[in-house]
Amino acid sequence: MNSVDFYQLEKPILELKERIDKLEGSDDPRKKDKIQALREEISRLWEEIVPQLTAKHIVQLARHPQRPYTLDYIQALVEDFIELHGDRRFADDPAIVAGLGFYKGRTVAFIGHQKGRTTRERIARNFGQPNPEGYRKALRIMKLAEKFHFPVVTFIDTPGAYPGIGAEERGQAEAIATNLREIAKLKVPIVNIVIGEGGSGGALAIGVGDIMFMLEYSFYSVISPEGCAAILWKDQSAVDKAAENLKLTARDLLALGIIDKIIPEPPGGAHIDPEQTFRQVDRHLAPALKKLEEMPIEELLLARHRKFRKMGVFSLK
Amino acid sequence: MTNLWTRCNNCQRILYKQDIIDNLYVCPLCNFHFRVEARERVAMLLDPGSYTFIDENIYPEDPLGFEDSLPYSARLRENQEKTSLADAIISAVGTIGGIPVVMAVMEFNFMGGSMGSVVGEKVTRVAERALVEKIPLIIISCSGGARMQEGALSLMQLMKTSSALAKLDEAGIPYISILTDPTTGGVTASFAMLGDVNIAEPGALIGFAGPRVIEQTIKEKLPKGFQRAEFLLAHGMLDDVVHRKNLRSYLIRLLRLFLNRYEK
Repeated sequence: MNSVDFYQLEKPILELKERIDKLEGSDDPRKKDKIQALREEISRLWEEIVPQLTAKHIVQLARHPQRPYTLDYIQALVEDFIELHGDRRFADDPAIVAGLGFYKGRTVAFIGHQKGRTTRERIARNFGQPNPEGYRKALRIMKLAEKFHFPVVTFIDTPGAYPGIGAEERGQAEAIATNLREIAKLKVPIVNIVIGEGGSGGALAIGVGDIMFMLEYSFYSVISPEGCAAILWKDQSAVDKAAENLKLTARDLLALGIIDKIIPEPPGGAHIDPEQTFRQVDRHLAPALKKLEEMPIEELLLARHRKFRKMGVFSLK
Repeated sequence: MTNLWTRCNNCQRILYKQDIIDNLYVCPLCNFHFRVEARERVAMLLDPGSYTFIDENIYPEDPLGFEDSLPYSARLRENQEKTSLADAIISAVGTIGGIPVVMAVMEFNFMGGSMGSVVGEKVTRVAERALVEKIPLIIISCSGGARMQEGALSLMQLMKTSSALAKLDEAGIPYISILTDPTTGGVTASFAMLGDVNIAEPGALIGFAGPRVIEQTIKEKLPKGFQRAEFLLAHGMLDDVVHRKNLRSYLIRLLRLFLNRYEK
């Protein structure tokens, strides 16, 4: 039996959010107080919803069409961002954006999966599913960052690497594998933030580094719950069970020692109060970068290697 | 049909089993390469009597308490009994044509050769052994990809193994990757594609996404030969496709070339 969808659970919150949006655009003299009251109402409702949230709900929340995407974070946190296009080999992949910008007074390289907001944009960005050229562009920008001593910040939000004919012809697997090996050697700090969907190898290829954050209602998984349900249960109605079993929420990954910290989301999730979400990301990102920049590079690379070296659970008999 | 006889998966002709075995598990009529068990692989390639199996004491756990139609722990026991292996990979040190090497071979019969924590750890250990002993590394892949039952821990093995291979890369220790039928998903997207030389056996299915997933996504029939070793060779993803009967001599020749460098 499948549980009720998150989209139904959040309906009353979305209604309140709409009222907030209307008030914000109005010239109501008491709008500040009114918005505050509505936000408190959202918090109260959210407290009732949170205990009911299943892994499947979190997956739906992570994929929410109103959720902030990479470029929203960049716009909110970065000054003078200049997007850099293309892998210099084949094409520019709009499913991954990359570029340079000022963050707290120094240049940082930003790389992230990008989904579209409108139908047309979603198609243009291939629903955030990169082709090999996307990963190769990401690697090009990482190398550029290494050359000029810019730290790298990545935003992870993809259903996965695109499963297509062209992607296979151009070496999807090779592109991902090469990124992983090169990330292991990259001589600048790397911070990863999972903002939505962390879909398998397609997420990993730009989703590993020195410090890994996950937004509270994002997920990171070896396979989508739908894919897992189809293979192991041979039944699409087993998505709930697959999502639970995969242990893919931020809390699960923290408990497994895979990520470093969870970035809290506002009541209702990131999309209900994007400004607060950006502030939370900022609050976590700034000290993380500072800490990594202060480490000697050899020490940083050793720590990065050790972090992944110890991942895995097995016994010695 | 008694078990003395079998049918070739490719040409459908009935064959005497021993003829296939004597021919390195290749159909003598159509050259179809059957899957080979991991231990047989080691015996086919390394010098007889030269090798010992290593890291045999590493066993899988069930860190997520995963349960589909069967609990993961029961599935593990079932596969361990079936294969008499701890997990989907074995590793060995030995010589090939007198050249010391460290080798890991994946076992498809163990949960489709899927990579969980044990496969990741053992690949990492052979890479580390190659680094310490300064001897070439050979890995024979045969896998459906990352193991779902260990969730994100399996996913992280992609990075763990790639990170171990990054050290070999920096040290200039040769790593030869041999991709066999099938090699897909997280194994292709990590150590299998990271060889200094990547070779495959004829007809091997190699890719990131599985053909069924691609077909369902693009809603089109896939072209003939798509994701087969020859297709990857044509698209520049492999150094060569090597017939099994030539594999050992190929490796010896290749390693000799890698190991005879001029002194600086």
